Amino acid sequence: MRIRADRDVCIGAGNCVLAAENVFDQDDDAIVVVLQETPDGADAEAARNAVGSCPSGALSIEET
Amino acid sequence: MTGAIALPLHMQRDRYDPPSRMAELRERPGLEPVTTPLGLRAWLATRYEDVREILGDAQRFSSAGLPGLPGADPDERAGNLLALDPPDHTRLRRLLTGEFTVRRIRRLQPRIEQIVTEHLDAMEQAGPPADLVERFALPIPSLVICELLGVPYADRGDFHRRAAIQLDLTRPLSERGAVAAESRAYMGTLVDRATADPGDDMLGMLVREHGADLGRAELIGVASLLLIAGHETTANMLALGTLALLENPGQAAAVREDPAVTAPAVEELMRFLSVVHSGMPRQVTRDTEVAGTTLRAGEFVVVSLPAADRDRALVEDPDRLDVGRAASPHVAFGHGVHHCLGAPLARMEMAIAFPALLRRFPALAVAGEPEFRSAAVVYGLRHLPVSW
Repeated sequence: MRIRADRDVCIGAGNCVLAAENVFDQDDDAIVVVLQETPDGADAEAARNAVGSCPSGALSIEET
Repeated sequence: MTGAIALPLHMQRDRYDPPSRMAELRERPGLEPVTTPLGLRAWLATRYEDVREILGDAQRFSSAGLPGLPGADPDERAGNLLALDPPDHTRLRRLLTGEFTVRRIRRLQPRIEQIVTEHLDAMEQAGPPADLVERFALPIPSLVICELLGVPYADRGDFHRRAAIQLDLTRPLSERGAVAAESRAYMGTLVDRATADPGDDMLGMLVREHGADLGRAELIGVASLLLIAGHETTANMLALGTLALLENPGQAAAVREDPAVTAPAVEELMRFLSVVHSGMPRQVTRDTEVAGTTLRAGEFVVVSLPAADRDRALVEDPDRLDVGRAASPHVAFGHGVHHCLGAPLARMEMAIAFPALLRRFPALAVAGEPEFRSAAVVYGLRHLPVSW
């Protein structure tokens, strides 16, 4: 899997950081920063939950 | 109470639950025609998928379409993020998001723990019985948002009263409008003070860093929204959540004893209680369709957040409170661009307050009839008598 994040769409709710702290962070304006583009194992599972709980639609998963 | 109104379906509750009619509507195709408290005809969405579709598409569903109150101050809506669409909404929200990052909120953790401890100490010293709303659920988030924003906590008596009236649907519109104007005038004095001498709080930051872009009316609007949203919502979650835990002793025990349960328990209480009924009605911007119902441009749509969060499409056995279940992507904080800005703060407050309360008073019990706040924009409890 590969994580895609659209920083123009992100609203900085922070749900992704709470769901998958190893995969996502926020910059000083709260906008998403992807720490791991291709997470695996438990991080991949957490990343899927994060994408599912993203309110803005900024996050997507590309299956590789 | 004056001017009793017939509470619309999407604001009715039976204790913790949306009315049973909501479950029927979820099973039926399409959206349901309803009338809002202001007499607006609207379509009601009850399914998780439909609610996410509507809230997730600000282009098709505008938050700015609600008619203003007759005779209202034209500045009334300035800075009110809830009633703005992108790109105005995006511009204003981005000035604030940096204050609510997960990292920034984590820095507040020691202070929030201290505030919770002080309120528990005061309760313990005064001894039982106590009104949990007055002693715990309301003052904690209120003090936190005051410190964050730069509002004198000494003024809480007035702004608690005004917030309760502004959100009380049983009050005449004229009274709610007059109190809203009073709130704006009060915030105006704080904005002027911050402009003259900006402090380290959020008002000071807004003035210092964005004073050139933000007008006075916008500053007042933003700050008023943060103040009211910062205490009313979390206060009602803390009160109603405590009652739900006390009435499910096994669940309360799990929260009391297992720190690993805290984070999913907060999400489950949010999902199960969904204290905000619906947020802003949305106006359809162009002819479209949701769940097979044709919606015409100009029509209004309201969503039921509690109904969506009790949808089997979201979790199994949705009408059961189960703090042990994995956190679900509920819509209690909303969805789309208007998703709650303060969610990381609210989550932190609840994650600290619920376990701390249950650990301090292991014998905590309901000691009288809780008074539900039925006709309000934010559902919850007016009083919760407890003993220990």
